[in-house]
Amino acid sequence: MSATDTSLQNFQADIDKWMLENVPKKPGFLLPLTFLEVGTEQQLDFLREWQHKLWSAGFLGMHWPTEYGGQGADPAYQGIVDKALGAHNAPIIFNTIGLNWTGPLLLDVGTEEDRKRYIKNILTGDEIWCQGFSEPDHGSDLGNVQTRAVRDGEEFIVNGSKIWTTLGNYADHMILLARTDTSTARKYDGLSFFLAPMKVAGVEARPIRKVTGEYGFNETFFTDARIPESCLLGDEGGGWRMAMKTLEYERGVIAGQASAHSMQSIGLEDLMDAMHDFERDGAPILEDAMIRDELVKLAIEAKANSISDRRAGIPALNTDYPFGIALSNKYRHTEYARRLKMMGAHVQGAQGALFMDDDKAYMGGFWQRAYFANFGTTIGGGTTQIQANIIGEHVLGLPKS
Amino acid sequence: MSAIIGSKKIDFSEEQGMLLDVAREFVKDKSPGSEVRKLLESEAGFSEPVWQELVDLGWTGINLPESVGGSGLGIAALIPVVESMGKGLMGTPLVSTVLAAELIRRAGGIAEEDVLEDISGGCAATVAYLDGSDWGGANTGVSVDENGVLSGSKFMVPDAAQATWIAVVGSNAEGDSVIALVAGSDVAAQAKASHALIDLTKRATTIDFTGVKAQRVLSGDKVASAIRDYLLIGALLTAAEAVGSTSACLAGIVDYLKTRKQFGKLIGSFQALKHPTVDIYVGMEHSRSLVYHASSEIDDGPLSAEAEVACRMAKAKASDTIQYAGDRSVQFHGGFGFTWECDSSLFIRRAAWSQQQFGDAMHHRKRLAPLLLDS
Repeated sequence: MSATDTSLQNFQADIDKWMLENVPKKPGFLLPLTFLEVGTEQQLDFLREWQHKLWSAGFLGMHWPTEYGGQGADPAYQGIVDKALGAHNAPIIFNTIGLNWTGPLLLDVGTEEDRKRYIKNILTGDEIWCQGFSEPDHGSDLGNVQTRAVRDGEEFIVNGSKIWTTLGNYADHMILLARTDTSTARKYDGLSFFLAPMKVAGVEARPIRKVTGEYGFNETFFTDARIPESCLLGDEGGGWRMAMKTLEYERGVIAGQASAHSMQSIGLEDLMDAMHDFERDGAPILEDAMIRDELVKLAIEAKANSISDRRAGIPALNTDYPFGIALSNKYRHTEYARRLKMMGAHVQGAQGALFMDDDKAYMGGFWQRAYFANFGTTIGGGTTQIQANIIGEHVLGLPKS
Repeated sequence: MSAIIGSKKIDFSEEQGMLLDVAREFVKDKSPGSEVRKLLESEAGFSEPVWQELVDLGWTGINLPESVGGSGLGIAALIPVVESMGKGLMGTPLVSTVLAAELIRRAGGIAEEDVLEDISGGCAATVAYLDGSDWGGANTGVSVDENGVLSGSKFMVPDAAQATWIAVVGSNAEGDSVIALVAGSDVAAQAKASHALIDLTKRATTIDFTGVKAQRVLSGDKVASAIRDYLLIGALLTAAEAVGSTSACLAGIVDYLKTRKQFGKLIGSFQALKHPTVDIYVGMEHSRSLVYHASSEIDDGPLSAEAEVACRMAKAKASDTIQYAGDRSVQFHGGFGFTWECDSSLFIRRAAWSQQQFGDAMHHRKRLAPLLLDS
């Protein structure tokens, strides 16, 4: 299927109709804003059902090959669906680590067997994926991974622990970075990458309570867990390359993700809506000069961000730093979102000091929760500070820190 | 849905691409550091032979219609040229000239063909706009009587010394805004007082126009919107130039951070220097995106609301970014950065100048507020 303007326009109309009829009503409990925050079985069941519904309708992984459960369509179609999901305020498509990192990675470098085995269940939501990169003592220093995978015949025996395992307590599989060799000259060369089963003996995911008071990620302990060697992705000792590739998908540096709707997008329009509900100095808050200037600053940043993303597609306007805009994607967007959400709490006056459990909290504490939850994006997947190092070193060519 | 963000249009034509390539090479060739330094001390502030070459390339008429000898490519085609000149800190009256042409064209149209032909043919021109320090003021203090005789002065008229034409913004006896087209040669030498500008690559003059007779006076309903558009396009071109200067400033910082050692380490390995440098880079990319977005929103007609938002955002962002870049450049070069001979001095001076042209970042954010928030 190729994308002509007419077929895309028709599709847009179809998808809007479908969304109106099929986006589920808000349940009687708070849904997670992002895939990092699935904390209860209730939320999980709801989101799994919703993802399955979207896939069954043919609107998830549309540009993935049909033999693995996709639609073989032009990526533009998925783009339209993702936009519609945002516009219709649909619940998130939660199996993100499968849909956006593992899936594209397997389509890119996986074996035919891997693709057949895993990809369709990623799309349907029947199998949930988590990621085992960070470790308790090595958050951002991925090259220093200490979890051991020791070969024992046709199996590896895994020992160690991973942290910040999003969806870990529900996951069926983990993309796992573990050390298979401690004797290599370069620490990176001793790492291997596994598509590891989670529901085996010796693997335990313990939920971690977060700053919002909710759950969503885990510390995962491996105690003599046995995984078959067929779980290796790439060569033994070739894990670093796979991990780097995964991060490129994770950070949006390369395309191929099944759905961008892994977070409920919260934008300036939402902040503007909140403006109608507050006053300062006895007058509507939107008349406050200081507030106005802060909003204008956010608007400039939002616009510059999205136009920059478009500019990245014009090579002639990117000759000085060809990959700079793409490599700064996470840095720019997640930090902007943090400031936006913080502002959402600031504008509330005294109410900004209430939290989710208070029945007087504005929108059930939506903005406060969103602000706190946003740290998942400025810390996870390489902190803002690591991103700054990456941009400094790989875009500007500065020496390593 | 995204009423606040609005248009995200960004076009870059083949012509713009070619102009960017040509202009970059031209500036690299004609405006090396030694030449920039030499011109700081000169009276004119620019090289006459280089101006001639630039005229021969057609750059004084890029934006003008073919009927007056221009290329008919609009303001968008000038953006890559001005950006490149900013990168090379090139002293040139091009921006002043182009802005005068835009003001005259938008206020007068076809009747002013001969003046526009002069400009596309290489006669420098400028706009005398400010009465005093306030970009937000009325700036119509110069009065123009029924015989076209002016009275009053204008402050900080850019590149006035060489201007063949000076478009003076003022008001007539009825109090309506008018534009008096004054021949540069009609202004006596003693009526001009040069300023000592913070950016030594730039030139500006206070001019007392009292008693000078205009060659022509533009009035009517197009004048007010032409002045408004002149201010917005002026802000945009200043932003484009600032983006170029910021990129050169950034390159200078990066170069120093990659070569200077302290405590046995290249100082670029210190995150206290690296991370702010990254912020300069990101700010520069954002400014550049907004500049090319704005250029995509401008056409030959009166500027749309979308174009106004775009120009103001571009100026606000580019001003703050160049200010930050110039400031950090001095600081990061340490003791050397504090000296005259370090190029950081050129950049921080350019930043201070650029911030104040056509209104600073706060000026534009204040005007963005009703455009974005009250609709």
